[in-house]
Amino acid sequence: MPEKKIKKVKIDGRKIACEREETILQAAKKAGIEIPTLCHDDRLEPYGGCRLCIVQVKGVVRPLPACTTPVTNNMEVCTENDIIRRIRQNIIALLLSNHPNDCMKCEKTGDCALQDLAYRYDVDSTRFEGEKWDLPIREDNPFISYEPNKCILCGRCTRICNEVVMAGTIDLVGRGFNSMPDTAFRRPRTIDNCEFCGQCVSTCPTGALTDKKGRGRGRSYEMKKVRTTCSYCGTGCNFDLNLKDGKVVKVTSAYDAPVNHGNLCIKGRYGYDFIHSADRIKTPLIRRGDSFHEATWDEAIDLIADRFSGLMKKYGNKTVGAFSSSRCTNEENFLIAKFARTVFKNNNVDNCARV
Amino acid sequence: MAGLATSLGAGAATNSLAQMPDMDTLFLFGSNPTEAHPIVSIYLKKALSNGAKLVVGDPRKTWMARRSDVWLNLRPGSNIALLNGLIHVILKKGWENKEFIKSRTEGFEELKKKVREYDLKKTEKLTGVPEERIIEAARLYSNADKAMIVYGLGVTEHQTGTENAMAIANLALVCGHIGRPSTGIMALRGQNNVQGASDLGPLPATFPGYQSITNPEVREKFEKAWGVAMSPEIGLKSVEMLDKACEGKFKGIFILGEDPAQTDPNVHEVRRALSSLEFLVVQDIFHTETTKHAHVILPGASFAEKDGTFTNGERRVQRIRKAIEPMAGKAEWQVICEIAAKMGYPMSYNHPSEIMDEIAGLTPIYGGISYERLERESLQWPCPTKDHPGTTTLYTDLFSRPGGLAKFMALDHKGSGEVPDKKFPYVLITGRIREHYNNGSMTRRVKGIMELVPEELLEISHADAKKLRIKDGDMVKVSSRRGEIKVKVKVTDRSQPGNVFMTFHFPEALSNFLTSEHRDPIAGTPEYKSCAVRIEK
Repeated sequence: MPEKKIKKVKIDGRKIACEREETILQAAKKAGIEIPTLCHDDRLEPYGGCRLCIVQVKGVVRPLPACTTPVTNNMEVCTENDIIRRIRQNIIALLLSNHPNDCMKCEKTGDCALQDLAYRYDVDSTRFEGEKWDLPIREDNPFISYEPNKCILCGRCTRICNEVVMAGTIDLVGRGFNSMPDTAFRRPRTIDNCEFCGQCVSTCPTGALTDKKGRGRGRSYEMKKVRTTCSYCGTGCNFDLNLKDGKVVKVTSAYDAPVNHGNLCIKGRYGYDFIHSADRIKTPLIRRGDSFHEATWDEAIDLIADRFSGLMKKYGNKTVGAFSSSRCTNEENFLIAKFARTVFKNNNVDNCARV
Repeated sequence: MAGLATSLGAGAATNSLAQMPDMDTLFLFGSNPTEAHPIVSIYLKKALSNGAKLVVGDPRKTWMARRSDVWLNLRPGSNIALLNGLIHVILKKGWENKEFIKSRTEGFEELKKKVREYDLKKTEKLTGVPEERIIEAARLYSNADKAMIVYGLGVTEHQTGTENAMAIANLALVCGHIGRPSTGIMALRGQNNVQGASDLGPLPATFPGYQSITNPEVREKFEKAWGVAMSPEIGLKSVEMLDKACEGKFKGIFILGEDPAQTDPNVHEVRRALSSLEFLVVQDIFHTETTKHAHVILPGASFAEKDGTFTNGERRVQRIRKAIEPMAGKAEWQVICEIAAKMGYPMSYNHPSEIMDEIAGLTPIYGGISYERLERESLQWPCPTKDHPGTTTLYTDLFSRPGGLAKFMALDHKGSGEVPDKKFPYVLITGRIREHYNNGSMTRRVKGIMELVPEELLEISHADAKKLRIKDGDMVKVSSRRGEIKVKVKVTDRSQPGNVFMTFHFPEALSNFLTSEHRDPIAGTPEYKSCAVRIEK
């Protein structure tokens, strides 16, 4: 194992101590210095595709990509000067030359890395004229919308699908101007070729890949985001519930989550419909004969207290008990255990961990 | 979890998920993480891309088995025989970690004597795994610098479930593969808060934090905090309460967010037990099979409607946050407090954070955890004090057993409670698929998921399909000694000849009408992973 050696680098005049193996991009991020990029995602191996992250390293004639260049001791980096700025403007202008530029109605507006960069670098779509893609939107599956016209070929979706999920659903197909991410033989996504984890959506920097269920439900900046933990399996993934008008309309990745770093599966990302399901039990229900009747909380709680007290009196307190669930919170589990021990005055309390 | 608790001290995963990518050998046992724990599988896939060797112990040819260096395709129910056989090879070849065994464990001689019986011939006979695969698996695991055993419900959902987990601990201990980063045993938890639900004390023999109810000092602590006498008598497990209900000796149950009438095995019996109760209260977010038997149904609040914490499979305590108001006006914690108060024991909290403060005061492993800290940092228990950073790797120094030593358990192969015979010639294994969850009450309400996976499928091997003259999409009748269901067939090489697979997500074709009543006598866990069935066209 290589020993850990601290390296000292200077980025934009700030001294930063780095461990081995770090790239300029990682070192800068750690120090809070933002270097623009479109093809980088912390979940992926460095790629060096979009060239937006080029920086000037002292003693090196040509600019170097920050995402693939490891730091060396006493390296001095300038993340932006006039030349770098002009190069970045050119790259963005080239990307916009084959982009629909329909930001007004684009699902991604307000949350789009390309839009943000065009704004930051003062670039519009008129610099270069040329052929444009004119392909239909593809929504032939329940969860993932694909607008190839908005793809900038950063390869993030195909890399996350192959490097991280290893699902092999999509890859770059075609050549030259016609290459784009797609499934094998450009077939629709089905349960046979796709896991529907939406990882590709979560990494797409533009409006090319979006969550079908969330489309038209509101702009990113209109959403109230509530960080929470998934309620399906025991992995403990975090994500943001996106709320508009008091309804959960979308789940988005929490990229700084300690367990999942923005990764989610089909259930975590798309399995939230049940929250607002019409089938939810909305009031307490009391059985009368073979049917249930709606009741108030007070009626139900009175009845429960009466009946349990009655059973304990009639048959003894060892004939009553409580089941708790792995689906409930720690606090609720603690309370139900406390309830059994203080109110039923027994230890007849169990959870479904064994089942 | 009782298995690891007996061998090592605590019933919990020994390491953090984030350490997985750095391991050299992954031994995946009875777990199908690409389906049941997709995000854990991302860590494991990362380890594989980093060059880790992969040994898979599973009767099904899962995604991981397909990519393994060694696939131990054992017969369902032969886990102990296989693990004993692996240890036999390791000891014979001198691959064990003698220093670790000497300084950190006890009971080695008994184990040594026991595994001597499990030579390669016997192991192959009991497990069906070829000798050379057993040797190669033993070599890959024992010779690795950093090795992890990751196991799932394929280990615990057997009548020998607890012993299976102990056998896994034996293997890790023999090799000294525990107590270091990227080296240990990870039990993958099936439900979001299995770990927390066990940690926080709704268990018949322990208070929160696994503090024994038979310990007078512990009882005194809780009596002082809660102001009432604590019963020293170990309570009934859920299955025992139901058994007694069938006999008419148990009268009332409060069920919080649980659906035993669908998810327990042999559901006929469970339903009979529930309907013989004089009073049943069920709190849930949806109507389930269990609510049908209730006298009072209370609306539950979903995870989006309340504040609280979940503890994940690596002992990490994480917040859930209220995004919307509870649809029925109250969250579960409020309801419990109100019922308690009505029954003469006032409980009052303004916010779940105050419950956590009480937990911290009474539960040493959660002692340093508070909502205020969880806003800033991510904590894994044990976290005993406010300035403790939490624990990523357990047992770096001592095991949490008396004397600080881990214990070897000499175990015998027992097999499954029910084995195939002439009348019921196939083994039914049940489990999960990626798209659905448990009783389906959540995922079956997601339109897109139902479009993708609308129904139950019986996974059967090509050879068996040919023998039975059935093909993909045919409807078949599957029956066991307990019941029968009709289900559609999927022919796949994921199933080995002799074994078939179903989930338990679909009430229309519910595998739990078939699953057996055999249970692990120690933990009470049902044998979902193996029962004998017949398949007819």
